[in-house]
Amino acid sequence: MTDSEDLIRPQDSVQRVERGEAFLDVRDLRVHFPTDDGVVKSVDGISFQLERGKTLGIVGESGSGKSVTSLSIMGLHPPGVARISGQIFLDGQDLVTSSREEVRLLRGKRMAMIFQDPLSAMHPFYTVGHQIIEAYRVHNQVSKQVARKHAIEMLDRVGIPQPDRRVDAYPHQFSGGMRQRAMIAMALSCDPDLLIADEPTTALDVTVQAQILDLIRDLQREFNSAVIIITHDLGVVAELADDIQVMYAGRAAEYGTAEEIFDEPQHPYTWGLLGSMPRIDRERSERLIPIMGAPPSLINVPTGCAFNPRCNYAHLNGGASETERPELLDTGNGHKVACHLSPKNRQQAWETDIKPKL
Amino acid sequence: MTTTDSELTPKTPKLGEEILSVTGLVKHFPIRKGVLQRQVGAVQAVDGLTFNVTRGETLSLVGESGCGKTTTGRLLTRLETPTDGKIVFEGRDISHLGEGRMRPLRRDVQMIFQDPYGSLNPRHTVGKIVGAPFRLQHVKTEHGVKKAVQELLELVGLSPEHYNRYPHEFSGGQRQRIGIARTLALRPKLIVADEPVSALDVSIQAQVVNLLEDLQEEFDLTYVMIAHDLSVVRHVSDRVAVMYLGKIVELADRVDLYEKPMHPYTVALLSAVPVPDTKRKKKQERIRLQGDVPSPINPPPACRFHTRCWKAQDICKSVEPPLVELAPGHQTACHFPENQPTDTPAATADQPKS
Repeated sequence: MTDSEDLIRPQDSVQRVERGEAFLDVRDLRVHFPTDDGVVKSVDGISFQLERGKTLGIVGESGSGKSVTSLSIMGLHPPGVARISGQIFLDGQDLVTSSREEVRLLRGKRMAMIFQDPLSAMHPFYTVGHQIIEAYRVHNQVSKQVARKHAIEMLDRVGIPQPDRRVDAYPHQFSGGMRQRAMIAMALSCDPDLLIADEPTTALDVTVQAQILDLIRDLQREFNSAVIIITHDLGVVAELADDIQVMYAGRAAEYGTAEEIFDEPQHPYTWGLLGSMPRIDRERSERLIPIMGAPPSLINVPTGCAFNPRCNYAHLNGGASETERPELLDTGNGHKVACHLSPKNRQQAWETDIKPKL
Repeated sequence: MTTTDSELTPKTPKLGEEILSVTGLVKHFPIRKGVLQRQVGAVQAVDGLTFNVTRGETLSLVGESGCGKTTTGRLLTRLETPTDGKIVFEGRDISHLGEGRMRPLRRDVQMIFQDPYGSLNPRHTVGKIVGAPFRLQHVKTEHGVKKAVQELLELVGLSPEHYNRYPHEFSGGQRQRIGIARTLALRPKLIVADEPVSALDVSIQAQVVNLLEDLQEEFDLTYVMIAHDLSVVRHVSDRVAVMYLGKIVELADRVDLYEKPMHPYTVALLSAVPVPDTKRKKKQERIRLQGDVPSPINPPPACRFHTRCWKAQDICKSVEPPLVELAPGHQTACHFPENQPTDTPAATADQPKS
C-alpha cells in the first residue's frame, strides 16, 4: 500500500507550481497521534500550494483533519505528541525540519493564526493592548509607546470603537465579536505573510460574521497576504476562497477553484455536503439529501476509499472502493479529485442524480 | 403505545387550530448587588411577546445571541416562570402553574436541547434515558417500558440493540437522536426545539432535519424551533418570528419573510447570510450592520434597533413602533418598513434563482 503511494507521489504532488515556487508549499503532510487505542491518523498525506494574495479554503466535517493541518503549519503541536512527516515549505524554508525556536521566530511576522474561540486564545490576565504590544515588540525594535500606538491603530483598523480606551480593557470586557476582532488585530499586527483563520466566525452571529469576513478580505487586499480559511461552512468559503480543498478523514477528497467546487463538484462527498445544506439563495427544496452514516473514526479508517461506506456510488467501481485508496488525480485544469468513479459514471451521476436536486 | 392520548383527546385542537397562545410575555432576570442583595436592575431577556402557534405547524424564533429566543423557549416549556404575560396551552393558562400542576402537562410539551453532550446523563444507559419519561409520569405501556423504548429508538433511526449502551459510545448526531427519542416518548403535542441541529456537522444536520420533518408528519407534531441559522430555518419553518433584544420585530409566513422582509433588521440578517455561490461574491449587495447588539440590561429606548438601523429617524428614538399587520399574516414593528405591499418588492438577496 505505502509502497505504491511512494511511486505515485512525485508526479502527483506538484503540478501547477514547480518545486519551491509557491509561497506556501505543503507536500504529503502526515500528522499521526499515537494513542493507547491505536494511531490516530488525523492528516494522512495532503499536498497543496498557496501563493501570496490568494485564499485557500479548507472544508470538511469535524475530525477531517482541517485544524490539525493548520496547527502543523504553525508548528503548534506540542513536541512528542504528534508524529509529523512530509514537508511544509514557507517561502522556501521547510518548517517540518526546522527547530521549534526557528519556527517560533516565524510566528507573528511570517505567519499568524486566528483561532476559533477568542476567549480561550487570549490570555485573560493581560489587557488586550498588552497582548498586541508584546507580539509587535518581538518582531520590531520599537519603544513601548510606539508599540502601543500601533496597537491602538490596529484596534481601530478592525473596527473596535474607542480604541484608545479599549486598548487597556481585558478580554472578558469585550463582546464575542469584539474579542474576535481584537484577535484579528493581534494576528495582523505584524503584517503576516501567511494568515491562517481556523473557523474564524463559527462562534459569531451572522451580522458580525459578515463584518469579520469583510475585514479579512480588506486586510488581505491591503497586505497581500496568503490566507488559509478553515471552516465547515460552505457559504463562508464561497465568499472568501479562490481555491478550495475538501477534506475527508485526513485526506483531500477534492481540490479545485471555488467555481469548480461549487459549479461542477466531482467527488460524491462534495455532492453530499452540497446536498445536505439548505440553500437560502435557491428555491426551497422539499427535502435535504443527507449523507448516510457518520464520519469514520480516524483510528479505524475504512480500507480503500475512506468514504466508501457512505458513498452511493461505491458499487459502480467493481470493488476498488473497498480495497484501493484513490489518489488525488488531476481531471484537467488543476481540478483534482480522489475517487474511483470513471469519468463517464461520474458525469452521469452528476447530471442525472445530483445536479437537478441541488 | 401510551394511555395518555385517549384521555386528553377531547381537548386537543384539530390541525390548523390554535394550540398555544402567548400574550405580552415578559421575563426579566433581576440583577442584585451588595450585602442586602438589592435589585439594581434587570436583564430584560424577553419583553412583551405576543404570538400564537397552530397545531401541526413549525414556528421558528430567530435572532442573534442575546435576543431572548432561548428564554422564550424555556418560558413556553415553563422551565422559567414569566415575570408577566400569559401562556395559554390548549385553552389552559399555564403561565403560573406550580410545579405539581405543571407536571401532567409535561407529557404534552417537551423540549429538544441544543447540546447533545450536555443533555444526556453520562452515567445512564440509553434505555434508562429514553425510558425516564415513562417512569416519571407513571405511564403504563402495553409490552413494558423496554419494548416501548426500543420502538422509539427504531423510530429515530437507532437500533434497538443500543438499549444498554451509554451516551459516550455515540456520535453527536446519534446522541441528538437519543434526545429526540426521549422527547417523543410520551407523544407530546408541542415540542420546543432549541437549536436542535446547530451542534452537528453539515451532513448529520441534514439527517436530523429530515427526521424532525418525518416525525412531524407522522405524529402531527407542533414545533417551536429556536435557531440562528437562517438557511435551516427557511427549510423547516411554516412561520418565522424574528427577535431583537427581547422583542419580536417581524412575524410572517416563511415565504413572505424571506422574499419580502419588511423590518430593516430582517433585511440585514438575510443579506448577511453567506451564500455558497461563487457568482454572488462579486455583487456585494450586503448591508453591513455596525457594531454589536446592545446590552439587554439597558436596551435603547423606543425602537430597540434604532442604534444600528440605517433608516432610523427621530421618531424611532422616541416612539416605540407597535407590531402591526402590514400585509395579511405579516406583522412588523417598524416606522419605516421595507417592501410595503404597495411598493414593488425590492431586489433582496433571497430571491430564488431561475
